[in-house]
Amino acid sequence: MGVMLSVKNLDVYYGSIHAIKNISFEVQEGEIVTLIGANGAGKTTTLHSISGLVKPKSGEITFCGSNLMAIEPHKIIRLGLAQVPEGRRIFAKMTVQENLEMGAYIRNDGGTIEKDYERIFERLPRLKERRRQIAGTLSGGEQQMLAIGRALMCNPKMLLLDEPSMGLSPLLVGEIFEIIQDVNKTGMTVLLVEQNAKKALEIANHAYVLETGSIAMEGEADELANNEKVRKAYLGG
Amino acid sequence: MEFLSQVINGLGIGSIYALVALGYSMVYGIVQLINFAHGDIIMVGAYAVFVILVMMNLPLWLAVLGSILFCGIAGVVIERVAYHRLLVHDAPRISLLITAIGVSIFLQNLYQLLFGSDPKSMPKMFTFAPLQLGGIQLTSSTIINISVSVVMMAGLQLLVSKMKIGKAMRATSEDAGAAKLMGINTNTTIAFTFGIGSALAAVGAVLYCNTYPQIKPVMGGLLGLKAFVAAVLGGIGSIPGAMLGGYLLGVAESMTNAYISSNLTDAVVFGILIIVLLVKPTGLLGKNTREKV
Repeated sequence: MGVMLSVKNLDVYYGSIHAIKNISFEVQEGEIVTLIGANGAGKTTTLHSISGLVKPKSGEITFCGSNLMAIEPHKIIRLGLAQVPEGRRIFAKMTVQENLEMGAYIRNDGGTIEKDYERIFERLPRLKERRRQIAGTLSGGEQQMLAIGRALMCNPKMLLLDEPSMGLSPLLVGEIFEIIQDVNKTGMTVLLVEQNAKKALEIANHAYVLETGSIAMEGEADELANNEKVRKAYLGG
Repeated sequence: MEFLSQVINGLGIGSIYALVALGYSMVYGIVQLINFAHGDIIMVGAYAVFVILVMMNLPLWLAVLGSILFCGIAGVVIERVAYHRLLVHDAPRISLLITAIGVSIFLQNLYQLLFGSDPKSMPKMFTFAPLQLGGIQLTSSTIINISVSVVMMAGLQLLVSKMKIGKAMRATSEDAGAAKLMGINTNTTIAFTFGIGSALAAVGAVLYCNTYPQIKPVMGGLLGLKAFVAAVLGGIGSIPGAMLGGYLLGVAESMTNAYISSNLTDAVVFGILIIVLLVKPTGLLGKNTREKV
């Protein structure tokens, strides 16, 4: 057990707007860590800094000993960091199967990939039935499952999820979070960025609360869930 | 009979438009750029055939292969030199369009400088006796054009639907950001698309030289525009659409030549463009896909 992902003194600007103000956090191997906060708090900006889509002004981002800020975005997945982006961003005109193939794009081990499809389909049986279907015709929940399945296809060490509950019914949110918990139980480290603080705190080990670009609070997830301030601001009293 | 042979003639010419339209469509699909220099790639390909076959007096197969290879590389180089920085910095589409027109003017003038502006004659390349099919005469160039274009489209369809690089092209054209997250090097994929599109234009150039025995530095202008109309007619971004558009345009041209007046051919072609844009701007096979939220 050790620190898998570490973000230190991160500062991000959009023009003159100081979007992320000197934030630091860590994700320990095997844990689910969640970053919660309201709309516009800087959650997605933080994630985009990790994935290299946004260039931070200063700070350090290290994943398994590699400096992520010095790596091109398309190479980050090769280090074992897979992402489920905000809004799912599946390839809507491609089939479910092809989406999963794109998830395995960096792999060259044909035979084992076949087994991994089966593994994914076992975990997400609804995708199996729709294997040949065009992904854009899936329901929102199924698309989110596909986005998670796609990310898992590269056999990552860590999964980054950006608002997986967005736009889903409470029932489906429950289902998606169960999947995340299941995946974590197999040893996958997870960084979960969520607006749905209640759900996120339920499954996470550790949590950080982001407010207008700064980390306002941090702690064990169950402690934060019982914290007066967090309850008032994020859990509806 | 007369009517049918006009249709087949049209398909022969349309095959060239179709091959060039494929390049427009593929490049548009991946970077949303109408690459107005694409027509001039046909000219580049035709001169490559001329240089290898006539000036260097080398065998025909070498001329064909050399032209395809040269255009493929030229396509990649043009992308790197002219468009790459604009794409990386997410420049407005209009800047890309203006750059494309600039590349077109540059190529035309470069070739005038290199080869002079007078037309060059091409020798007959692939010929055999015309076939008689139930009273219809099929010339060798018509047969070659149609069969080559069909094979090329099938090959391209296979590349895009079955091969890893083809799937990466589709993923990049749909969502370049998400493609990057999958580990796809989108820059390489875009360059590859320009290369394939330009290589197809070279095939079109070979067919063109085999059909019309004369080439000149400005030949790509009108030809490119017509292929662009074909791509829009079929639905830009769609591979079968580009082919369908090319064939239909060829047939429309040959009908106009035969039954109306050869002076009106170009008017009919651009009339079709206007009608398509008014009635079905997405083209015959183009889809207006809406994202699910």
